[in-house]
Amino acid sequence: MYNYTDFDDAFVRARTAQFAAQVDRRISGALSEDEFKPFRLMNGVYLQLHAYMLRVAIPYGTINPHQMRVLANIADTYDKGYGHFTTRQNIQFNWPKLVDIPAILSDLADVGMHAIQTSGNTIRNVTADHFAGAAADEIADPRPVAELLRQWSTDHPEFQFLPRKFKIAITGSPNDRAVTKAHDIGLRMVRNDAGEAGFEMIVGGGLGRTPFVGAVVRDFLPAADLLPYVEAVLSVYNMLGRRDNKYKARIKITLHETGKEELSRLIEERFAQLRPLFGGNDQALLAQIEAAFSTPDLRDADTSAFDAFYGADPVFRSWADTNLAPHRDPQYRIVTISLKAHGATPGDATSAQMRLIAGLSERLGHSEIRISHEQNVILPHVHLSDLPALHAALRGSGLETANIGLISDIIACPGMDYCALATARSIPVAQNIATRFDALKLEHDIGPLKIKISGCINACGHHHVGHIGILGLDRAGVENYQITLGGDGTENAVIGERAGPGFAYDEIVPAIERIITAYLALRLDAAETFLQAYRRLGLAPFKAALYPDEAARDAA
Amino acid sequence: MSRAFTPKIVTANDLTSGDVIYLTATDTWSPHHAQAELIEDEAHAQLRLLDGKRAKAAVGAYLADARRGDHGPEPVHFREAFRTRGPSNYHHGKQEAENV
Repeated sequence: MYNYTDFDDAFVRARTAQFAAQVDRRISGALSEDEFKPFRLMNGVYLQLHAYMLRVAIPYGTINPHQMRVLANIADTYDKGYGHFTTRQNIQFNWPKLVDIPAILSDLADVGMHAIQTSGNTIRNVTADHFAGAAADEIADPRPVAELLRQWSTDHPEFQFLPRKFKIAITGSPNDRAVTKAHDIGLRMVRNDAGEAGFEMIVGGGLGRTPFVGAVVRDFLPAADLLPYVEAVLSVYNMLGRRDNKYKARIKITLHETGKEELSRLIEERFAQLRPLFGGNDQALLAQIEAAFSTPDLRDADTSAFDAFYGADPVFRSWADTNLAPHRDPQYRIVTISLKAHGATPGDATSAQMRLIAGLSERLGHSEIRISHEQNVILPHVHLSDLPALHAALRGSGLETANIGLISDIIACPGMDYCALATARSIPVAQNIATRFDALKLEHDIGPLKIKISGCINACGHHHVGHIGILGLDRAGVENYQITLGGDGTENAVIGERAGPGFAYDEIVPAIERIITAYLALRLDAAETFLQAYRRLGLAPFKAALYPDEAARDAA
Repeated sequence: MSRAFTPKIVTANDLTSGDVIYLTATDTWSPHHAQAELIEDEAHAQLRLLDGKRAKAAVGAYLADARRGDHGPEPVHFREAFRTRGPSNYHHGKQEAENV
C-alpha cells in the first residue's frame, strides 16, 4: 500500500500542530465556538449527543496491521475500547475528550493516517471497492487513482469551501460494490471497444432527503484524463452549486436544476480548458503511486486442507459458503470478517478484535486489511489452505459470524444513540432484527438480503438502496420507522419504493418479519432472492403483508 | 397565534469532556437533568439561553422542553431522555457513571 512521502508526513504533522494550537486557544477562551467550529470540522471533530466524536479517514478502505493496532491503542487510551467503522470507510471514536484529540491525531500521523476533510464542505474520503486489488472480476486496482484523488483533493485551495460536502467513490470492477451511482462523482472502470481501460463517469448521485441515481456524463473517459475531468466537474459545481439553501446545495440538485445536457456541456468546456494544463505530472505521480499497490507474492501451495475441513466441519463450511468471495488467483479467497455478530452493533470493533485482525492479516493475509462501506473487515488475500486456521482463530472472538450478505449483515448509521442530527435510533433496530432472525434460524434459508437503516433523512445508512430500507423519524415526539422496498446499490442502482405508513419502535421487527414471511411464501424457489421476487411481484403483495388490517378492509 | 410557551431547561455540552450539562438556577452547570433550572417564562428563557451561550465552559447551548417531576425537571422528548442516560447499545455515558 501507499506509504507517506516526506511531503505527506510533513503536511499531516504541520496540520496536527496547527490544530493543537487551535484547541489550546479554544480551551483558553481565545476562540469562541463559532470561530473554532470550522477548524474542528476540517479535522474531523464533531460534537455529538453525549460527547465529541473523531472521524478518521481510512482512505479507499485500505489499512495495514500496524495502523490497525494504533487504532486499537487509541481506542484503549483515549476512548472506551472500541471504534465504529462507518458506511464511508472511516472509523469513528465516540468518546474522545477535546483536549486529547491533538494527541490522537499525532498518534495517527505516526502511522500515516489523518482526519483531514472527514467533515466540512470539502471533498471527503475517497471510497473504493473493498475487494480492490483482489477481486476476480476486476479490470484494474482502483486504489492508485483513489490515492491520486486523495492527494489532489487534500487541502486543494479551490475546493475547501464548496457549496456542500462532496463524495467520490471508485470501483475497478464492472460489478459495483462501492455504490458509485449514489455518490457526487462515481467512477466505474470499464473497457472501450479497443480493449483499453477507462472510466464511466457518473455525476450527481446521492441519497439523503432527495435521493438520485447518478447520471452518466461520459460513457468512456480515458484513464489519463481522469484528474482534469474530475477537476472540471468540481470546478463547474463550485460555480453553479447553490449556496443559498443547504438542502439544495449538493451536485445532484445542480444536475437536476441545470439539466444533464447543459451540465455536461459546461463540464466538457471546462475540461477542454483544464486538460492542456495537466502537463503529465499527474500521470507521473500516478505511476509512482501504482508501484506501491503491487499485489503481494501469492503462494502456490497445496489446497487439500481446505477441502478436508470443508467436508468435515459444518460450521467452517457455513462460514466458507457465506463469507468468502472469489479471488483472481484460484488458490486464494477474499475473506469478509463480519462485524455483525447477532445482537452486536453493526460496524463496531473492540480493541482486542482490531489486534486479532491485525495479527491474522500478518500471519495469514499478506498483511493487508480493508474496511468495507458495509461495515465489515476484509482480508483480501488468504490462501485456501490457511482458511481453516483463520476461521479457528476467529472463533470465540465475536468475529466468526457466517452472515455476509444475509439479513443480519445490516448497515446501520449510529442514529440517535450518538448522532446529533438523528431523529430516531438505528442501532437497536439492527440488533433486534439480527437477534430475531437468528432465533428463528431462518437467515440462511432467506438467502441474500440487504437491510439498511438510517436514523434520519440524511441517509448515512443508505436505506434508499437497501433491498429493505428502514428510515427512523420523529413523528410528534415518538420514534417512527418508514420502510422502503426494492432498493439496489449495485451498478443497476435503484431507489427503493416507500411501502406505506411508518411503524413504531416496537412494531418494526414484526413488520420486517411479515415481509420475510411473505417473501418465503411467494418466491418461486430458494434460488429466487428477495430482490428478484420483489422485481417480479412488485410492491403489492409485500404491502398487503405489512398492513394486514388494510388488506382485510380492501377485501371486505 | 403563536403556540403557548411550555417549560424549558438550558442544556449544552461541556467544552472539554463533551458531556451533557444543564444550566442551574445558581448559574452553574450540572451533569444532572433534575438539577436544571426549570424555566416557565418565555422572556426569562431567552435570557437564560443567552447566559448559556455566553458561558465559557459550555458548547452549543439550547432550550429543551422539560416538565416538573418529583425530583426536579424531567425531559419531555425522547432525544433529551437519551441525553440524560447515554447510548442504548452500551452502558456508556451518564448511565455508566451513575449506574442508572
